[in-house]
Amino acid sequence: MELLGLYNYWVFPVLLMTGLYAIMSRANLIKKLIGLSMFQAAVFLLYITMDKIEGGTAPILQAGNPEQLYSNPLPQVLILTAIVVGIATLALGLAIVVRISETYGTIEEDEIQGQDAE
Amino acid sequence: MSSLATHLPVLQVVVPLLTAPLVFMLRQHGLAWAATTAASLCAFAVAIELSTAARGGATLVYEVGAWPAPYGIELVVDAFSALLLLMVTGASVFALLIARRSLEAEIPEQRLHLFYAAWLLALAGLSGIVVAGDAFNIFVFMEISALATYVLVAGGPRRQALPAVFRYLVMGTIGATFYLIGVGLIYMMTGTLNIADMEMRIRDVSDLRPVLVAGGFITVGLALKAAVFPLHAWLPNAYTYAPNAVTVFIAACSTKVSLYVLLRFDFVVFQGNQAGHVAQFAMFMLPLAIFAIVIASILALREANLKRMLAYSSVAQIGYILFGAGLVSATGLTGGIAHMFNHALAKGALFLAVACLATSLSATAVSDLAGAARRMPFTMAAFVIAGLSLIGIPGTAGFIGKWFIVVAALEHGVAGALLILPVLAGSLIAVLYIWRVVESAYSSPAGDMATRQEAPLPMLATLWFVVLLNVYFGLQPSLPLDLARSAAARLLLP
Amino acid sequence: MVVIVFEIFLLTLLVITAVGIVRSRDLFSAVMLLGLFSLQIAVIFFILDAADVALTEAAVGAGVSTVLLLGALALTSDREARPKGRRLLALGVASITALILIYASFDQPRLGDPQAPVHQHVAPWYLEQTPKQIDVPNVVTAILASFRGYDTLGELFVIFTAGIGVLFLLADGSGRGARSQLPSAEAQGLRHHLIPRVVGALLVPFIVLFGLYVQFHGDFGPGGGFQAGALVSAGVILYALIEGEASALRVLSFRALAGMIAAGALLYTGVGLAGILRGSQFLDYSVLLADPIAGQHLGIILIELGVGLTVTGVLLTIFHAFAARAQKR
Repeated sequence: MELLGLYNYWVFPVLLMTGLYAIMSRANLIKKLIGLSMFQAAVFLLYITMDKIEGGTAPILQAGNPEQLYSNPLPQVLILTAIVVGIATLALGLAIVVRISETYGTIEEDEIQGQDAE
Repeated sequence: MSSLATHLPVLQVVVPLLTAPLVFMLRQHGLAWAATTAASLCAFAVAIELSTAARGGATLVYEVGAWPAPYGIELVVDAFSALLLLMVTGASVFALLIARRSLEAEIPEQRLHLFYAAWLLALAGLSGIVVAGDAFNIFVFMEISALATYVLVAGGPRRQALPAVFRYLVMGTIGATFYLIGVGLIYMMTGTLNIADMEMRIRDVSDLRPVLVAGGFITVGLALKAAVFPLHAWLPNAYTYAPNAVTVFIAACSTKVSLYVLLRFDFVVFQGNQAGHVAQFAMFMLPLAIFAIVIASILALREANLKRMLAYSSVAQIGYILFGAGLVSATGLTGGIAHMFNHALAKGALFLAVACLATSLSATAVSDLAGAARRMPFTMAAFVIAGLSLIGIPGTAGFIGKWFIVVAALEHGVAGALLILPVLAGSLIAVLYIWRVVESAYSSPAGDMATRQEAPLPMLATLWFVVLLNVYFGLQPSLPLDLARSAAARLLLP
Repeated sequence: MVVIVFEIFLLTLLVITAVGIVRSRDLFSAVMLLGLFSLQIAVIFFILDAADVALTEAAVGAGVSTVLLLGALALTSDREARPKGRRLLALGVASITALILIYASFDQPRLGDPQAPVHQHVAPWYLEQTPKQIDVPNVVTAILASFRGYDTLGELFVIFTAGIGVLFLLADGSGRGARSQLPSAEAQGLRHHLIPRVVGALLVPFIVLFGLYVQFHGDFGPGGGFQAGALVSAGVILYALIEGEASALRVLSFRALAGMIAAGALLYTGVGLAGILRGSQFLDYSVLLADPIAGQHLGIILIELGVGLTVTGVLLTIFHAFAARAQKR
């Protein structure tokens, strides 16, 4: 049971590194961005796992129930910001990919490098 | 007005931030440039005011929203941050002074207002990182500056700018995310995000594994953003294909801001709290620094493209800064921090010269510069002086930091003396690669290169002003040195 | 106990989905799987008591990013070429980093541990002070909008920067985009398909209405400006898909969207400066009105409105910029 409580912290690096593997091993630029999204989402899991408290509930205060335990609201606030950062990066990255595709006619990294080497 | 003075730390960020949406709505590009420059000048004035206070030994603390730290977000301006603010805002002002003419050829007129809005956001983001006293807030402003910088680099006139900026975006995001993981792990073990509070609370948990791993993630993530060798792969092409004015701006300050966060975290949060951190830091940083100095200098020597040559030289100069920091002594840190400022001056001047050269030459290769000195004598003369400053000739700004670094290494006896050999080798190679440019430019001209066609006067004046600053701070180094000394003293505080 | 088992099941499913995304050579299915990945992780966030984050991740991860990725696929190619080399290096780096993080996990507090440092220091203060100083039930909103309002200002400018960047890269900069062009087949949307038209027409008003509810109800339940912006834009995007680009631009033109983007950013910063002008610190809402708690309420409503305006403006501008690019081809 003690170890099961760490399961989230094991899934987090696995997801993180699945994302990094996609970024490093794939030449397709959109696939790289998909990997980058997963890479960022894994970090959301790290933070949100921290907020949980046994017997707690979402940090929306209930009037007339002073004994209620609440989960930690701070990591949630941070991750709301991080999600926005993620979508902003994705949007900008995709815009660059669209321009690359129009200029080079491909979105495979090795083919782009091949064209510039000529 | 005394009340306004207390708000300076936040105004440093808010002035460019507030101007960005205004510039976005101004569709007329001349007005957009004027508003951007005015906001930069205002930010520069704020930075000068703050550095005067910091030189007097004051540390300004600002609680945003009037919430006390560590519950609210705190801004902190001390000597180290003041020095960085001078660099960031100064680089923005000087780059903008040449940007008007320089960007005309590079960016379509109807997109310029978007470009200037991105410029202001980059400025606000970098300033925001420097003044932040909160680890997560640093991440937020790091992302503003990063996204805005991607836009600026993507404005480059050649198509290679696009793959270059894509790589920059991917590596920059990985770096920032590593930093975020490190901050998360520290938060998990200390329950706080405020850096000063972390310093206190990390003592009880400093030997636990998550904190050790957090140190690694923060260092690697920021090293990636600071283009520390061997994580510099994004830098050469990003600097090369960015518009010339943008290269001036980001080459002078953006990697140094990441280095600043790196040093603050390593020295303030980890150093002195973790057993053996000093040795670990030195063992990790010194080899990287030496490799950076030697290998990047050699790469610069072999590089045919002028801008990319200077970009590799930047990777080498980051090595010098890390070398000074890696010695973990007052003299070494003073040298490293002073070198941040002085290298910003030297490299800023060199890229300004490149921007001036580009107004009348189409050449980007060093070998194509033949006759450039005949065609643009004032620009090339400025390039030579800035080059001397980059090499570190006494009497120029570039000398000061390197001198302190050498003295600090010699404090370590024979081992230190051996360590400075690669440092000196790096400077010798710098002589060679600057000489290549000079030799080519002063050789006899081919074709129409003999006719005089200088850069426009405002650009030339800006270039010469920065070049003279290199000489001024070489002879009168007290401003950067005072700030660097108190910054080093603060970092080494147990 | 049941919750833990369920969570472990979902996390395992998440890993399987992630591997599926990497292995899939068809980018279209990779994008769809990524949307599914976001939905799964949103459910996990909900189980972990993070209702606001779950709502946002569902709207952004499964909604907005899927739309953007599909838009980009339409403009590029949806097949991935066979990758060459570099796999071993990638596998090595990824495995070592993952092992380091798993090594770190053994000193970490286990899930839900009430003794964990994160539950001791700053967090209890927020839970205790929110009713006294801000008096909104949703503590997440209180921290987001007031205690750490400066972060949220930064967040707004992150999305603002992305909007400027996409416009700079994709639009012609005149701010007119596709308005002057004749509607092509794509621009006419799904006008000739009966079922999506009828269902969509029914859904759009409800989505927008729900977005507005989330905007103004964020103090009490999960929600706020960002989620509202994402929902309203989803509604308008759906409208654009059904009725065509041009009809959506008639409702909210490029110029109007640009106005929203700038107005939201100026509103947030302006509220911050009002704090200084009223003699306190930047972003101190307590001084906006005579009663500090009323001032906090006013400040939170205004800045959430600013966030909502900018986010809606940016997301729709990005969508239209991608769509306009498609019409040019």
